[in-house]
Amino acid sequence: MNNNRRTFLKAGAAAGALTLAGFPHIWSKNGSLAYAQDGEIKVGVLFSLTGTTAIIEESLNKATIMAIEEINAAGGINGMKITPVIEDPASDPATFAEKARKLVLSDKCVSVFGSYTSASRKAVLPVFEKQKNLFWYPTLYEGRECSKNVIYTGAVPNQQQDDFVPWLVEKFGKRWYLIGSNYIYPKEENNYCKKLLAGLGAEVIAEEYVPLGHSEFSSVINKFRSEKPNVIFSTVVGDSVVALHRQYRAAGLDPATMPMASLTTSENEVAAMGGDAAAGHFTSAPYFMVFDSPENKKFVEAYRKRWGADKVTHFVSESAYFQVHLFSQAVAKLAASDIGPLTIREAVKGEQYKAPQGLIKVEPENLHCWLRPKIGQCKADGQFEILKQSKDWLEPNPYSAYPDQKCTADGLKQI
Amino acid sequence: MDFVVSQILTGLSLSSILLLVALGLAVIYGVTGVINLAHGEFVMLGAYGAWLLQTQFGWGLLASLVPIFILVGILGWLIEVAVIRHLYDRPLDTILATWGLGVMIQQIVRLTAGGELRYVQMPPSLSSSVNILGATDSAYRLFVLGFSLVLFALTWFVYRYTSFGLRLRAITQNRSVASCFGINSDRAYRMTFAYGAGLAGLAGALISPLKSVSPEMGTTYVVDAFMVVVLGGVQSLLGTLASSGLLGEVTGLLAYYGNDTIAKALVLLGIVIIIRFRPQGLFAPRVRA
Repeated sequence: MNNNRRTFLKAGAAAGALTLAGFPHIWSKNGSLAYAQDGEIKVGVLFSLTGTTAIIEESLNKATIMAIEEINAAGGINGMKITPVIEDPASDPATFAEKARKLVLSDKCVSVFGSYTSASRKAVLPVFEKQKNLFWYPTLYEGRECSKNVIYTGAVPNQQQDDFVPWLVEKFGKRWYLIGSNYIYPKEENNYCKKLLAGLGAEVIAEEYVPLGHSEFSSVINKFRSEKPNVIFSTVVGDSVVALHRQYRAAGLDPATMPMASLTTSENEVAAMGGDAAAGHFTSAPYFMVFDSPENKKFVEAYRKRWGADKVTHFVSESAYFQVHLFSQAVAKLAASDIGPLTIREAVKGEQYKAPQGLIKVEPENLHCWLRPKIGQCKADGQFEILKQSKDWLEPNPYSAYPDQKCTADGLKQI
Repeated sequence: MDFVVSQILTGLSLSSILLLVALGLAVIYGVTGVINLAHGEFVMLGAYGAWLLQTQFGWGLLASLVPIFILVGILGWLIEVAVIRHLYDRPLDTILATWGLGVMIQQIVRLTAGGELRYVQMPPSLSSSVNILGATDSAYRLFVLGFSLVLFALTWFVYRYTSFGLRLRAITQNRSVASCFGINSDRAYRMTFAYGAGLAGLAGALISPLKSVSPEMGTTYVVDAFMVVVLGGVQSLLGTLASSGLLGEVTGLLAYYGNDTIAKALVLLGIVIIIRFRPQGLFAPRVRA
């Protein structure tokens, strides 16, 4: 017995010494070296490949991987290859936080690209803020967030609604029906929408929320029929979008007089409901697959070649794609020994990139992007027709519904 | 007037979907006493069946209904033989076993068909809307309503008026005594399970054009179906019909005057209160103790 314990202790001590000798970066103080070692730069890729949001996050994973492959094929960043560390957080916010911690602490990733829902972003936020690392978030979201450790490349409410709402009021009328899923994103978008509508003298005849995952819209559609709104402003998300559109169509309502206007219905959702159910309805987004630009042509072709000819690109996969290029452009400005999350953040401020949607720019104050919103109408073939696009890029204002709050480089400022 | 009609129609249409999904569950539970938590997955399989037949073989939805009923029924039969029949004496274990089965079916579908949302085209002949007493409703929803009533009537007829139904009722009353009288209860259970699964498959196929088809879609239905069965009183087919009608109309009304979140909460609260005072359900048949 005694003997056993002695061997055990000996083995333990040997293992400990081996660990210290074999993994010098654990105790080495020179952390910056770890980020660009042996000609490779490690980044985390954190999108759900299983679980409820895997449907969409899989496409974000694909766009991210493709961008990394493109950069590596073109010689990498100043000769250094990007090495992705892919983790599957399984659509669960707690797992998101756990995997983010692993990517940042044990894999020593210099940045992490990932997440789709606001819940998962909120879950990883403390990790990146505490570890002073950098998170790249591609999704459109509700705004009202100010973090120095996140680069936001998707649209915030003012970028999707500033052109969209007045255009719809002018074209269809002033009686609006707001319908959304019951969580934070639709409520914040509707807050801003109501503010815009009040300024235009339009009225909100109903504001209603259905449970997440709701799939029985017959009562809602009955209300559409009896209230006869001019515009149905929909912030319903996920597979509820599909049920809503299909039941609207089955009920024989007419998009020409009572269109649904959405901020979330992309080519991806349309593919899941069928073009016939979506035809005639409107979406506002910075990117549509049909957008005519050399960059987009290249993007769509490469995407279909890499992942399959039946795949669609959409406004979240586009930002998942261009944010990797934005990252590479910022890292390229740094000397290899200087590469670290915070130096990359400084380097990306004010950076511009010719994305598939057009030229975009990172706002130095709040780390969101200046984007180029467009208004699209869905066609029966599942693609959108772009009816209007903003002349110039539009400023990101994550606190647009809150005039006395502003996100600045020093954190949130109350005005 | 047209408002009243359209409200009633909405309620009926909600009821018909509830009835479709709950019928299979009620049949299985009523006869064999198995709480089949994989019921939602049978619904999902039916929906995938419709999608597969439509995209791979170009079959219309109406043409694929019978094959789907048979295929999901056969699957139910196989599952009964492989798993369920070993557990009839341990009702609690069937909950676990069927739940596990449901998870497995979900993952198999995800691995083979992918996690993407799918859709099924509505039959063109039913994609218009019709006018009833001034109210408009989708022709397809009316078709689903009619179809679910026919299915119910058929099930009820078999249970009530055929010799097979008589044997089923005998087994339901007392399995061992029925066996003593020479009734093959194993075979009857297997038939019942297969039939219930087939009904669930049909429900899935019929629901699919209105909603999206995904591996997780079954989970929501199984909850609704249990609400109907428990409220109606297990072992009572008429109870299932009445409670699906009641729940559909009440939910429709509450959702119209409030919203769907409130409707769901109030309906659940109502059921809890009712079950507190009538644990056997609203329409349970009188049994001699």
